[in-house]
Amino acid sequence: MGELRGMPGFLRGASFWLTSIAWLRSTVGLTLTRRLKQRLSLCMLLCVIALAPQVQAAGGEGPVGSGYKGADYWRSVTQGDAGYSTNKAPEAGVLINRSGEQWRQLRNNLVKRYGKWVLAATLLGLLVVYVLVGKSRLEEARTGVTIERWKRLDRYIHWLVAGLFIILGLTGLSLLFGRHFMPDLIGKALFNDGMQVAKWVHNYLGPLFVLSLAVMILKWLKNNFITRVDLRWFMQGGGMIKGKHPHAGYMNGGEKLWFWLLVLAGIVVSLSGLVLDFPAYFELRHDFQLANLFHGVASLVLVCGALAHAYIGSIGTEGALEGMVSGQVDEAWAKQHHDLWYDEVKKAQNDKK
Amino acid sequence: MARMKFLCDSERCIECNGCVTACKNANDVPWGINRRRVVTINDGERNEVSLSVACMHCTDAPCMAVCPVDVFYQTDDGIVLHDKDGCIGCGYCLFACPFGAPQFPQDGAFGERGKMDKCTFCAGGPEEDNSPAEKAKYGDNRIAQGKLPMCAEMCSTKALLAGDASEVSDIYRERVIGRGSNKGAWGQNLAYNAAGRKS
Repeated sequence: MGELRGMPGFLRGASFWLTSIAWLRSTVGLTLTRRLKQRLSLCMLLCVIALAPQVQAAGGEGPVGSGYKGADYWRSVTQGDAGYSTNKAPEAGVLINRSGEQWRQLRNNLVKRYGKWVLAATLLGLLVVYVLVGKSRLEEARTGVTIERWKRLDRYIHWLVAGLFIILGLTGLSLLFGRHFMPDLIGKALFNDGMQVAKWVHNYLGPLFVLSLAVMILKWLKNNFITRVDLRWFMQGGGMIKGKHPHAGYMNGGEKLWFWLLVLAGIVVSLSGLVLDFPAYFELRHDFQLANLFHGVASLVLVCGALAHAYIGSIGTEGALEGMVSGQVDEAWAKQHHDLWYDEVKKAQNDKK
Repeated sequence: MARMKFLCDSERCIECNGCVTACKNANDVPWGINRRRVVTINDGERNEVSLSVACMHCTDAPCMAVCPVDVFYQTDDGIVLHDKDGCIGCGYCLFACPFGAPQFPQDGAFGERGKMDKCTFCAGGPEEDNSPAEKAKYGDNRIAQGKLPMCAEMCSTKALLAGDASEVSDIYRERVIGRGSNKGAWGQNLAYNAAGRKS
């Protein structure tokens, strides 16, 4: 082996293996019979045929360490393909969160940007209506005789939903827009503490809102099916256009429209809110992203609707608010706004007598 | 001015999870939270490859853009940090983050998210450097001590590099020249080196 010492390492290794193989062949080869050799070569041939597809498949990818592979991996992970990780947290194997940037763009550049304009337009629209059209006054003098419009339970459920809605709306809007003006307004420290409370309040009152809204919807459902009377009410613009006040039953077309908007947006806002409320039961970021977008859009729709509803039901219409406060409305009001219902009530009263 | 960056060389990463352990130890990371994790693609196959990932301290950080309480801030070195006192645990930073870096303890009622925890590039938080308050909330502030993040310092194969972007880039460029290929850092060609992009 003396002459090997001067050789580079890998050559030394190679010559060792070459001499070893030659030695094996010379000793084993002599002992093999011709027949055994034939059988062995047949076996080897079969093996080669059987393994050929696998070998080819593995060979197609090329040996590790050659060829530019980074682009393939990069493409794979940017498509959100998951690998293996000893970290067992949800989605730990996902290297790139594909939908994150999309969600950011949709939330910041769509929901937030247009949301604030829609809110502003609603408030401005109501102001314009108040200035141009003004309060819808009672055409006839109050009779002093009242009829019951909302029972005690109806009023409780209405104000429960309304109260929760106001709290959830204010905390929710501060979560959406608060960071842009509230720290300057109330100071960073108060903003920090306040927002922590706001999140807790929003999260814990949310399910209560879902329940009370569901009770309210079920209780009032039978009053709110759209009829031909309501279509005619819409055709005449609900009496906003000067002229004859359109016919209306217990609920007019506008009230029914608000009811069904509350049902649809309410379902969206409730379901998406419950997803966001219980992160332990939903693991994928994609679920939260979708829920957040639906929640934001549906909430803004509801806030705009509620602003209009609150305006029409209070300063917009003389004699309307007392119906939901005391439960009693003046007969003059009933006759003007809900003439068909007024007739029904009167008929029932006469039948009783 | 430095621009701090992580770079994981996938040609060198051997999925030992030493970076994860080093981080947990140095920063006293709470149970159930890993600021860094190792992901293996094609695990167990011939072309398996591993990568260690944590907060990448983005220049235009999505977490900063979506935070409803605006607790994130970026240091002069480009490190993205956050103020845990202001964090309300809404999870938005996690929804937006490309790398799944933000982590939340879920020990509140109904699995509610607690205050977010993430890689700080071993640079602590808004409290006074290396104060007990900072240590308790964010872990070690090695940057203030003139040291680099523990994960990269402990990396046995030096797959994970951390530091000023230009220096990290120089080290990696030397490796590329030695290997004759640039496949260790995926997407690096596309992201940083438009001239070297293959047509």
